[in-house]
Amino acid sequence: MNTLVVAPVVVPLLTMLVGVMLRPHHQHVKVVSVIGAIVLVLVGIRLVVLADAGVVLSAQLGGWQAPYGITLVIDRLSAAMVAITGVIGLATVLYGLVREGNPDVLRNFHVFVHGLLAGVCGAFITGDIFNLYVWFEVLLIGSFALIALGGGKRRLAGTMTYLVLNLLATLVFLLSAGLIYSATGTLNMGELGLIFRSGEVPPAATLAVVMMLVSFAIKAALFPVFGWLPASYHVAWTPVSALFAGLLTKVGVYAMIRIVTLVWPEYGAAHEVLLWVACATMLVGVLGAAAQNEVRRILSFHIVSQVGYMILGLALASPLAIAGAVFYLIHHIVVKANLFFIGGIAARLTGSERLAGMGGLYAKTPWLAILFAIPALSLAGIPPLSGFWAKFVLVKASLADGFWWAAGVALLTGIFTLLSMSKIWNETFLKAHPQGEAAIRTDVEVRWGWWAVSGLAALTVLIGLGAGPVMAYAVAAAEQLAQPVSYFEAITHPGGR
Amino acid sequence: MEWLAALTAGGLAGIGMWLLLDRNLIRVVLGVAILGNAINLGVLTSGRFSGTDAAFVTATTVPADPANPLPQALVLTAIVIGFGLFAFALAVLKSVRESHGITTTDRVTEVTEEPAPDAEEVGLQVHQDDADVHHNEGQPEGLEVRR
Repeated sequence: MNTLVVAPVVVPLLTMLVGVMLRPHHQHVKVVSVIGAIVLVLVGIRLVVLADAGVVLSAQLGGWQAPYGITLVIDRLSAAMVAITGVIGLATVLYGLVREGNPDVLRNFHVFVHGLLAGVCGAFITGDIFNLYVWFEVLLIGSFALIALGGGKRRLAGTMTYLVLNLLATLVFLLSAGLIYSATGTLNMGELGLIFRSGEVPPAATLAVVMMLVSFAIKAALFPVFGWLPASYHVAWTPVSALFAGLLTKVGVYAMIRIVTLVWPEYGAAHEVLLWVACATMLVGVLGAAAQNEVRRILSFHIVSQVGYMILGLALASPLAIAGAVFYLIHHIVVKANLFFIGGIAARLTGSERLAGMGGLYAKTPWLAILFAIPALSLAGIPPLSGFWAKFVLVKASLADGFWWAAGVALLTGIFTLLSMSKIWNETFLKAHPQGEAAIRTDVEVRWGWWAVSGLAALTVLIGLGAGPVMAYAVAAAEQLAQPVSYFEAITHPGGR
Repeated sequence: MEWLAALTAGGLAGIGMWLLLDRNLIRVVLGVAILGNAINLGVLTSGRFSGTDAAFVTATTVPADPANPLPQALVLTAIVIGFGLFAFALAVLKSVRESHGITTTDRVTEVTEEPAPDAEEVGLQVHQDDADVHHNEGQPEGLEVRR
């Protein structure tokens, strides 16, 4: 078995284990954590290079042939997701290398982050529905520990909301996995895809897949089941909410893209529902953001609104639209996590997270202002940054299929996003600090946080300027999603070729 | 046999949902646990209850009427995971109730909607109100509501 296939899961798990064993030596845990994250990035890059060359890695765990064993498949989409997970993981642990605060909590943070990364990567590479459920639970328990990290009244209350609603979503997923097994006799995604594409689908199986999509919709924070996200993301410690903002909802989006493209490759009733849901998600998210006056709460609502764009691409179902959704996914993870990091730095410098208590940063730290402007403009879709190309492709795909109103909603949401970003810009950077310039702290220890935000900003610019190759990769990934030969091969050629 | 299990799962799910919709946080967490068990039973039932022998093949014997082992394996996994998550939920519930006096879902919403305290982002200090809890250790906390 190719060890590279399991590396995305094994690397974070090993890092976590070594971290647990080194517990009393806080400095060593941090070093191991950073090394683990770097190795994960390298594994991701290697997988992307392989996937770009057309190689699809797959493995049957424990030597049990599909559909009886657990199948792992890494195609272009999975490889890109693993790489981007590594990048966000690295940025998070770098930002978390602060010295202020309780040393035990700061050490636990690194251990939990790698536990969460293992769950996220596992969800990206599995080809088995029940195994996907297990990885969802792994990342969920990691995220529970992380969101509660540090304690405090407000944070634990937010944890309660997050915990109950996410558990509910996961339970719905478990039930639908059981029902899919009951109706089709398989949990292998490839075999499920073959059954659906053969045209003889038991009605109960369709119902179970719809139920599974509902649970993914809760995970991805789609309208109307997004309420848990803006109610909980703003209470966590900054690097934790950045990690969540970047990765967690996107695992739900990934699962939706994977399952929908597998079972319904052609535009149909499900896509029509998704199209309406996507438009409602974009609008409700961005309008919800307009009513907020704390940096992270504004950004949390924008996660909801941005997820709508990806689902729009999925709902249109044309090859171009799916490619747009994949591109959007890659661009959005980088940009969103970065905005949360920068919001956190700005809050530490000004001593407040409420827009009313912030200000004066443009005069004091122009670099931070520039670093904010890059992802903020990219989020709103200003050329030549990555967000522009992502939105451009999706709008083009909507118009090509005659859904001019969907394109209109996408553009309108872009304008509102720009308004929201300029609100943060005005309040945080341009206006004077309410307590005078002296209130802005200069002794704040950000350290490696600067590297994290600069690196992510550079990546945003890079994706924008190098949109051609990235888009070509996304188009190839969309082709693979439409014809997931690799998923079917394990079923049609048991024992390999 | 399946119909009995299906009815039980349905009944448990109903009880779970009813508790989940309650304002009291304890009932909400218990509701998640009961709903989880209802769904475990549902998954087990979805594999059908055919077969009476253990699905265990030895070198010499093959069971004549084996039961389906896959749903059992799935449910075993789900029970273990569910147990861990339930334990964590109880820990959070205990802390939220006893240290912070939050007993209802409405209060949870109120607290999370509070404006962010200033200087919150400076590192990750252990909060003062958490530190206070340690002084109470050893005393019977009971279930009384402390606001």
